[in-house]
Order: sequence, then structure tokens, then C-alpha cells
Amino acid sequence: MTMIDERRQLSYIAAQAADARVNVELETEGMTLNIGPQHPATHGTLRIIARLDGEQVVWAEPSAGYMHRGYEKLTEVRSFPQVTALINRIDWLGSFANEVPFILAAERLMEIEAPPRAQHIRTILFELSRIANVGLFLGDLGVQLGAITPVFLAFRDREYVLNLIEAATGGRFHPNFDRIGGLKDDLPKGWLEDTKGAMVKLRTFCDEIEDLLFGNEIFQSRTRGIGIIPKEIALQYGLSGANLRASGVDWDLRRDQSLPMAWNKADWKVWTHPDGDCFARCWVRLQEVRESTKIVEQLCDNVPAGPVMAKVPRIIKVPEGEAWVSTENPLGEMGYYVVSRGDTGPFRVKIRSASFNNISITPWLLKGVLVPDIITILASLYFILGDIDR
Amino acid sequence: MDRLRSVIGDALEASHLAPGSDVWVRVRSDAWRQTGLALRDHLDMDYFCFLSAIDWMPSPYGRGEDDPTAEPTERDETIRQGYTGGSTRFQLLARVVSSAQHVGINIKADVPESMVMESWLPVYAGANWHEREAWEMFGISFAGHPDLRHLYLPTEFEGFPLRKDFPLLARMVKPWPGIVDVEPMPGGAGGDDEGGE
Repeated sequence: MTMIDERRQLSYIAAQAADARVNVELETEGMTLNIGPQHPATHGTLRIIARLDGEQVVWAEPSAGYMHRGYEKLTEVRSFPQVTALINRIDWLGSFANEVPFILAAERLMEIEAPPRAQHIRTILFELSRIANVGLFLGDLGVQLGAITPVFLAFRDREYVLNLIEAATGGRFHPNFDRIGGLKDDLPKGWLEDTKGAMVKLRTFCDEIEDLLFGNEIFQSRTRGIGIIPKEIALQYGLSGANLRASGVDWDLRRDQSLPMAWNKADWKVWTHPDGDCFARCWVRLQEVRESTKIVEQLCDNVPAGPVMAKVPRIIKVPEGEAWVSTENPLGEMGYYVVSRGDTGPFRVKIRSASFNNISITPWLLKGVLVPDIITILASLYFILGDIDR
Repeated sequence: MDRLRSVIGDALEASHLAPGSDVWVRVRSDAWRQTGLALRDHLDMDYFCFLSAIDWMPSPYGRGEDDPTAEPTERDETIRQGYTGGSTRFQLLARVVSSAQHVGINIKADVPESMVMESWLPVYAGANWHEREAWEMFGISFAGHPDLRHLYLPTEFEGFPLRKDFPLLARMVKPWPGIVDVEPMPGGAGGDDEGGE
């Protein structure tokens, strides 16, 4: 070996050692970042504790319970009709949809069925609350990624839907309109025409959002390929709704389960997306709002005549038994496991809310992502805190 | 059902079929995880819906909606399990669904005196939070769960709120007025002016 080679080798070793020393000096201690409980991206008060290494999340854990109201305990001291007032407040953006599976479970235990007209109107109101809920999501999504305009459009156009819900039920957010055996009231005059008009506006809103947001290059680069959930993982964690369909699972409880509702009387499509990333989840939701407007329009055209209430006793006693009913709510699968012992109130109600499962995947999903992507991922999973905490 | 029986054998203790709506099975407590694995691997039940528990003891405090001035009536205090029977006060309840066939099944198991069950975490990763919830609400612990911490309640909370013998304090402090409205309406006709807030 020549002298020069030897010197070169030594200098190489020295340089390596120097590099290593610099690396040791620059090595940072992990930092813990608290997001929330009061953060606009938390839809309530969810707190995310993230341990960071530089810009990367090493470990993250959501901490729920800031708004736990103990509904499962409270249902045990209430009568069946009173429970709907509580469960309205689980997912407060799509309240009417919360009432439906519970009422259906009680009806199944009592072996009664709502008259066709009530089923029809229920389905219309159910889809309207989906539009109100997911429509707001489409606007909120923009804010969380730094685009301000979409949220104004969303709040403007959600008002059309809320006005319709208010006109029919009397409540904007908490209709409390569903009764065991039917509905509280019939629809007001001219409501169906107004609804059809509003649906056209909502479809325009969807087009606007698609142009503004989904076609935007920045939006695409911030959502495509971020937070990918493979199909098997999504199923294991019990993800449901658009989150599951965005991972390529073709499953919609409105289509794949027979309930006394009117979804099968309309012609609509279940959208899926193969990617499983944030963009897919947002895109599937956008399509779902469009499909919902179509469902509502078609159902408005052929509402059957007849009563809106079946014959039920004034004081409702539900026979002994157990029933599980779940529906495809705006956030995903929402179900109630109702145990009755022949009393005026339920013996036990297990509330299976969609966001609880949807958010339980975050410790797995947030591992290794960059800090700004935390917000994107949370926004795209779309949760309502009342739906996690119950 | 027959396929489940062929996979888990005599661990299947009882079953209940409600035509057109649902299927319930009850399995032996020590076969809880084995059942989960069998459902996942042999019956394609790949979608984890929920896991919870039921306390079958009627509440010693009643339902709290009777007239508070009336004499307390005799309460039914027998522990009566629902579909598929059983012998213990607490039962675990879970539901899994097949995403391809859209068929679900409700699984129950008795919880033994020790209040320890096998964790479903190796079977369905999503069971993590559900088991934490069942632990803090019912006091059922899960062997093999890495961090059974409080999910909703404060860390120092004592007691298990969803057990029937845990009183609902709001009702203890101020009883439900019941079906009869015992408080006079403010300024209402015919009501005396004292009382009522």
C-alpha cells in the first residue's frame, strides 16, 4: 500500500468520525406535541398527543373523554321515547340519522313496522341529514388544509338543508322527530317542491367544491398518498362508511341490508375508491353527497299516501328481547344493541358509533407521518367528537 | 352455524336464531379468543363491529322514573340472561361481520368470577379501545392487552359506571319527576305558589 493510499484512508476514517460526532451533537431529544383539546381540527375536544422526532411522528395517541356524557348509562333510566332526545346529540351534525336505527331496533322488538309513507319520509330526512353533515365536511376540509373559501360555501348551502329539516320537524339540529311506529307529523305543504329545488342547489355546491378543492394542485399534493389504509387493516379496526369504501370495500348498509326504509326504491350508486388515502376518503364523500341528492329527488317524486303513524299504545312497553340494528349514517355504521326486559325503558343499550372505531385506528395510522399531515389525516377520517365520546 | 360448530367444537354452548334478523351464539369463557380466530379465519368474519359487556343484574336503584312520593314497589331482582342464556352476572358481547357476504354474528361469553377474559387484540386490532372501554365501564380485564388505561374517565376514577349497582348520582341528587309532573308550572293556573324553582 502506498503512502498516499494510507493517508487517504486515514482521512476518510477521520471524516467519518467527525461526521458521527456532529450527528451526535445534533441529535435532538424527542418532542411531545399536544394538539387540542381545543383545536379547530378536532370537531369538539379531542386531544392528540404526538411524540415527534424532528418533523416526524414517532408515536401518537388520541385522548378522548373530554365530552363523555355517559349516554349508555342514561338510557337505562329513560323510557324508549325519551331516549331519542339523548341520541340526537351523539352525532350532532346528522341528528335525524341517529334516531333511525334506535327506533328501528325498538320497532323490531315490538314487531311493528312504520307505514310506507313514514318509511319514505324517514329516508328523505335521513339523506338530508347526510347532506347537511357531509356537506359541512367538504367545506371544513378546505379550512383544515388552509383554504378558506370552501367553508363559506358549505355553511351557505347547508342552510338550505337545515331550513328544510326545520320546516319538516321544527328543529334545526335536533329534530327528535322519529317515533316508534312512525313520525311525529306529516310534511308541511309544498315541502317536497322546496326540497327538490334545494337538491339542485346542493349539486351545484358539489360541483363548486370539486372545482375549487379537488381540482386544486395543492390540495392534491397534500392528500394523495397520505394516510393510506389498506383494506384488511380498515376491516380489522372496524372502519365504516366512506373511510371503508375509500379503501376499496364495496359495502354500504343502505344497499346490503334489508330494513324497512325506502333506499331500495331509488336508483343510486355506491362509490368506492381503490387508493385508501386521504384524497380517496374525501372524494368518496363528495360522491356520496351527490348520490344523496339524487336519492332525495327520486323519493320526493313518489311519496306514497297514507298515515305516518302506525297504531301503537300510548305508553310504550317493549317486549323482552335483544335486537341489533345499524344503518349507514353520515359518519359510518351506527348501530344500537338494545336489550329490553319488557319495561317502558331499555335494560341496556350499547351504542356502536362510527367515529369511535374510525378514530381508534389513528395510533396505527399516524406513526411515521409528518406533522402537517396529522391534521390532513384527522380531517379526512372525519369524526364528530360526540360520536366518539357518547 | 354448523361450520362454526365444526371449527370450535364443544366450546359452542348455546345459539339463538331470530329469523330474518340475527344470529346469537354463546361460547365457553376460555374459548373466547379461539372463537375470534375461528370466526376470522374460517368464516371470513373480517369486519370487527364492536365489543362490549352486559350486566344482567337489575339495578338496585330501580329505573328512577317512578313518582318519587309513591311507596317503592317490589323490584324484580333475579338475574336473567337474555338470548342464549348463561350463568354469570356479566357477559361479554361482541359482533363481527363478513364484509363479503354481509352477514354478522353476535357472540357472547360468560365472564368468570375472576373478571379476566382473553384479549381479542391479536385477532382484531380494533378491539383495543373497545376492551379499554369495557374494562373501565364494567371492570372486566383482558389478559394480553398491553395498556388497559382509562379511555373516557379520569385516571383516578374509582368504580365501574356501567355496572348496575353503580348509582347514577344525578338521579340520586334530584329524582326524576316521573310521569306525573310534580312541580307546579310557574305562574300556572291552579298551582300553589310555593315550591318549584
